[in-house]
Amino acid sequence: MSDKVLYVMYDDDHVLKHSAEKLVSKGVKIAEVFSPFPIHGIDPIIGVKQTRLGIMAFLYGLTGLTLATIGMRFFMITDWPMNIGGKPNFSYLENMLAFVPISFEFTVMCAAHGMAITYLLRNKTLPGMPAQNPDPRTTDDKFVMEIRLSDNHQISESELDGMLQEIGYLELDKKEIK
Amino acid sequence: MQKEAAIREPLILGHKTYHDVTEDVCRPIEDKAPKMWYILFGIALVIGLYGVGSIMYLLGTGIGVWGLNKTIGWAWDITNFVWWVGIGHAGTLISAVLLLFRQKWRMAINRSAEAMTIFAVFMAGTFPLIHMGRLWVGYWVMPIPNQFGSLWVNFNSPLLWDVFAISTYLSVSLVFWYIGLIPDFATIRDRAKKPLAKKMYSILSFGWSGRAKHWNRFELVSLVLAGLATPLVFSVHSIVSFDFATSVIPGWHTTIFPPYFVAGAVFSGFAMVQTLLLIMRKAMGLEAYIHTKHVEYMNIVIMVTGSIVGTAYITELFISWYSGVEYESYAFINRATGPYWWAYWSMMTCNVISPQLMWIRRLRRSLLFTFFISIVVNIGMWFERYVIIVTSIHRDYVPAAWSMHFPSHIDIAVYIGTIGLFFVFFLLFARFFPVLALNEVKTILKGSGQSYKESPDYHKHH
Repeated sequence: MSDKVLYVMYDDDHVLKHSAEKLVSKGVKIAEVFSPFPIHGIDPIIGVKQTRLGIMAFLYGLTGLTLATIGMRFFMITDWPMNIGGKPNFSYLENMLAFVPISFEFTVMCAAHGMAITYLLRNKTLPGMPAQNPDPRTTDDKFVMEIRLSDNHQISESELDGMLQEIGYLELDKKEIK
Repeated sequence: MQKEAAIREPLILGHKTYHDVTEDVCRPIEDKAPKMWYILFGIALVIGLYGVGSIMYLLGTGIGVWGLNKTIGWAWDITNFVWWVGIGHAGTLISAVLLLFRQKWRMAINRSAEAMTIFAVFMAGTFPLIHMGRLWVGYWVMPIPNQFGSLWVNFNSPLLWDVFAISTYLSVSLVFWYIGLIPDFATIRDRAKKPLAKKMYSILSFGWSGRAKHWNRFELVSLVLAGLATPLVFSVHSIVSFDFATSVIPGWHTTIFPPYFVAGAVFSGFAMVQTLLLIMRKAMGLEAYIHTKHVEYMNIVIMVTGSIVGTAYITELFISWYSGVEYESYAFINRATGPYWWAYWSMMTCNVISPQLMWIRRLRRSLLFTFFISIVVNIGMWFERYVIIVTSIHRDYVPAAWSMHFPSHIDIAVYIGTIGLFFVFFLLFARFFPVLALNEVKTILKGSGQSYKESPDYHKHH
């Protein structure tokens, strides 16, 4: 099914935010916003949910801590208990203090890398991926809203043009996509 | 938009627009490199290659080529290791700790400070690796199942803790740095005209497009990574200090080592950031972004951490006497009055007196004076490690074993070589990477840019 996409460009983050607010209040759904830096407060307006990557980081950290504990218990207590100065390693707990630094480091390592990899995969930003911003200036000083006609069946194209005319913009670009 | 007090100095000077920020940061990358860059790069490369050659000779011959002897088994190698790791502490402190404390001045300096961190930790890692002698079995420090029987590395040893601490620190700093770089690479990619540059920056930018959802994730990932990296900064140098503090050598067996080493690391790291940035801002025309106020903030950090270091020196000295242990007090009397008195007093002068001069506002806002002090602090912090390591072991319990350490030319060449390599990396970074977190700087332009702060609309409600 063919679809028409409107790219509405602004040169200021606050102007874009206010325009988006007005459009949304008139029932227009904004599909995406491209900007050179995070626009604070845009997410609730266009309906972007808060990311859950923080929860993932916690789970990765927990995995790291578990692995470190299991590993060190096996190496130092079960498989080859060392007898240092007549003080053998009887149990994990008695030897735990010496294991604190590595438990901590390994937790941080797993949390940080796990989260970073998840972040790149979820964003689909990986080496060699093509850039998808509609205009190269959106990584410099321009801010673009993407509105899809297929998301806005209740509004005709001319009505949308009228609204945009009234609210104002810098440039408007329309594209047919198949 | 966040507003700040009118009396606070703006962080970005002059009348800048979003586009100006992009231009100012990207221009040095897109233009031809100045002649000075080639000259500096050439010098650094020659020195670096001399270091690499010396390392090759060392690996081929054995670590006997160092000036070590039976009494002094650790000297320049570990001194240089700790010195470089210490320098590597400023970058993550600036980007992580200052992010948690919402210090916006970090945005102008965090990128290059973190690059410095990563390169410094590379250099640090070289020393324990070559000290193994057989570099090719370096992976034996990892607990890898093997055919030697039930043979594992010793998890009770602080040296193994160090392996984990340094590798975590290096890899997490690298990831933190790169995640911040991705949007900035995208900016360069979208401006690039030459096909090769476009291709390279396109690969480096991972196809970043600046979608709202991606920025939402970006901000959270930065925050969580900062939260993870903050305890990491403090733990890494604490663990480095455990290498000494958990031993029973008088002069090393000191419970105040962890906080004392962390303060010292931040102290030396900020000094190195000052040395590099004072030159870089001039050479790359970034005076509007990194100006006197940024230098002053960093000098205040140097003053505070320098005072902690000074307090630690004096505490150590007092406790060695107060302990009543003959060997303990001798270790410290020997440092100050023994054959290594010159190293001790260089350390005291450079690290205790020089940061106190920063109480004077005129001095801490003087760029020339700051540059001079930053070099002095770097020298002083090298001597600190040398004093702690060598003077504590050169005269131990049996006077017949007393000895002195004289560095061989390989000792010197490897050390100087790492400085050369460090600058090779840093100059490449300055040439091809955005040295300022340009997209982050744009977020504070309206809140802290001079022309915005001085406009009559700024203090009206928004």
